[in-house]
Amino acid sequence: MIAYILRRIAQSVLVMLVVALVSFSLFRFVGDPVATMMGQEASQADRVALRERLGLNDPVVVQFAVFIGRAATGDFGISYRLQQPVMELILSRLPATLELALISGVLAFVLGVSLGVYTALNRRGWLSAAIMSTSLIGVSLPTFLIGVLLIWVFAVELQWLPSFGRGEVVTIGFWRTGLLTESGRASLVLPSITLGLYQMTLIMRLVRAEMLEVLRTDYIKFARARGLPNRAVHFGHALKNTMVPVITITGLQLGSIIAFAIITETVFQWPGVGALFINSVQFVDIPVMAAYLMLIALIFVVINLVVDLLYYAVDPRLRVDRANARH
Amino acid sequence: MTAPLLSVRDLKVTFPTRRGLLTALDGVSFDIAAGEVLGMVGESGAGKSLTGAAIIGLLEPPGRISGGEIRLKGERIDNLPPEAMRRVRGRRIGMVFQDPLTSLNPLYTVAQQIIETIRTHSDVSEAEARRKAIALLDRVGIPAAARRIDDYPHHFSGGMRQRVVIALALCVEPELVIADEPTTALDVSVQAQIIDLIKEICAERGASVLLITHDMGVIAETADRVAVLYAGRLAEIGPVRDVILNAEHPYTKGLMGSIPTLTQESDRLVQIPGAMPRLNAMPPGCAFNPRCAHAFDRCRSQRPDPIDRPGNRQVACWLHAPEAAHG
Ligand SMILES: Nc1ncnc2c1ncn2[C@@H]1O[C@H](COP(=O)(O)OP(=O)(O)OP(=O)(O)O)[C@@H](O)[C@H]1O
Ligand code: SF4
Ligand SMILES: [Mg+2]
Repeated sequence: MIAYILRRIAQSVLVMLVVALVSFSLFRFVGDPVATMMGQEASQADRVALRERLGLNDPVVVQFAVFIGRAATGDFGISYRLQQPVMELILSRLPATLELALISGVLAFVLGVSLGVYTALNRRGWLSAAIMSTSLIGVSLPTFLIGVLLIWVFAVELQWLPSFGRGEVVTIGFWRTGLLTESGRASLVLPSITLGLYQMTLIMRLVRAEMLEVLRTDYIKFARARGLPNRAVHFGHALKNTMVPVITITGLQLGSIIAFAIITETVFQWPGVGALFINSVQFVDIPVMAAYLMLIALIFVVINLVVDLLYYAVDPRLRVDRANARH
Repeated sequence: MTAPLLSVRDLKVTFPTRRGLLTALDGVSFDIAAGEVLGMVGESGAGKSLTGAAIIGLLEPPGRISGGEIRLKGERIDNLPPEAMRRVRGRRIGMVFQDPLTSLNPLYTVAQQIIETIRTHSDVSEAEARRKAIALLDRVGIPAAARRIDDYPHHFSGGMRQRVVIALALCVEPELVIADEPTTALDVSVQAQIIDLIKEICAERGASVLLITHDMGVIAETADRVAVLYAGRLAEIGPVRDVILNAEHPYTKGLMGSIPTLTQESDRLVQIPGAMPRLNAMPPGCAFNPRCAHAFDRCRSQRPDPIDRPGNRQVACWLHAPEAAHG
């Protein structure tokens, strides 16, 4: 168990190093930081001095090592565009994105699993057929279109919900939350549906397929043959086995939700890191782009790790060390 | 004579398909007395598993019982409402499936699965159920049962798992145990042990057994009577010794051509030239007539019903009709 965790952590560190290399290359090869930072009228002497000060004359390996060292302490330098420390910028925007992603993730998971189980257990019902056909729309429509459609119906036509921004926020420490105010929560509705719909459909279809598969297995037949009530068979024996593969995929989806938030944040002018990234791309604000890249990678890696450990906790067959001790 | 424990009369099982109704079991009748072991043999596809599934009320839709009746101690169980039938399963009829590797839920310990089954059917405390479970595991031959009970199925070998399955099937002391090829998936070296175990433990508890198998050797050593199924119809039924030594149905005679003993690798039952007819291409008259060396005109036009024979036997063959007008 310990060995397994250490191995997984080592793998995660390796992945982060590769991503760091990509981020670092952005600095080296996309545009000239000196030109970007000093503008046109700086003197040659100033440029040389800045080059020296930024360490751009050191060997590349040394520069990379310094970059990693700084990144590890959260130092990604100063945003070219906003002239603020990048980490500060990202931290101020992160709560908005995390709240949105979390709500969407929970929505997608809860609805996805419930609808998946429902459609699997009532395979022949008309409601299942309706849910399955509707879900096709969910997978095939692009996110921004869903967002625009929702805005048009619920914000413009019905005027029930706001169409952009976070509403009123409350600051707790460095965390600015929209969950504590009426308008904050109302503002979350449309973006989180937009962001979560695709993942919900995927989870639902996955759960349905897995569950149907599990319901055909011998151990389910045997559970029925022992006279266990449907409730125990479906929600005890079948659902638990269904969730083993679903947990992995769902966990990874949470990573994609955060990454895909870019589109939703743009459509709803949501002040999160995704929107920050889009603006940075327009201004070739390399430090912000590099930091965003590393942040997303870190989130993916951490989620992956947690998912693997969860998987391990759920499925006793993976706990090999114990099995080997017996025979 | 007292009423038999199980009485199956004119059982008919059909599957509606796109190309019409398939009749998979047609007019199957037999009794099992209390404490009796009835062997059931027949080629693959003869309908042995369907007979078991029909009795325990677990036919897979769209398959259904479309005729006849099944009585347990005189009480009809083929038309019970689902909830009442569920309470019959496990408590009054236990079932042992073919493959112990897939019959147990991989995510639950043996203890959890047995205790859940006991507590579903009887009002006992967790501790009491656990005590019963350990005693039962001990009885079916699991060494160190008190410790092994908390292991997961994958910690056990195939033979040990089948012992666990037997314990699960018997944990609420059913009156009838249906064992559907309980040793086919097992190593030859443990097959005899498992068969002996089923026979002994059921005898101890006075439970009757419906033992489905391809292996005439097993039937010869285990069963009191044997039923031979051919293409969804009963060909012959009678006391094991009589049927084996003096088969009356031409199909049974073919089957008895060679009886492998338990210690040998057992052959599948295919010594007769030709193949069993498909359900959608049943010949008129006797289902066996295309392969039968004794077939005569009547066999090709009129279907033989089981005919009572001396010595508590029945055979469905025109050769044994009282008027015996063939030539
Ligand atoms: N869902 C279904 N739809 C149509 N026909 C079916 C279905 N299930 C079973 N059958 C048919 O019922 C017949 C009997 O099947 P059954 O499983 O009882 O055979 P069996 O005697 O147990 O064979 P085996 O020795 O291979 O286990 C087969 O011919 C099969 O094709
Ligand atoms: S009824 Fe005719 S065809 Fe069928 S087994 Fe008897 S002799 Fe053969
Ligand atoms: Mg079978």
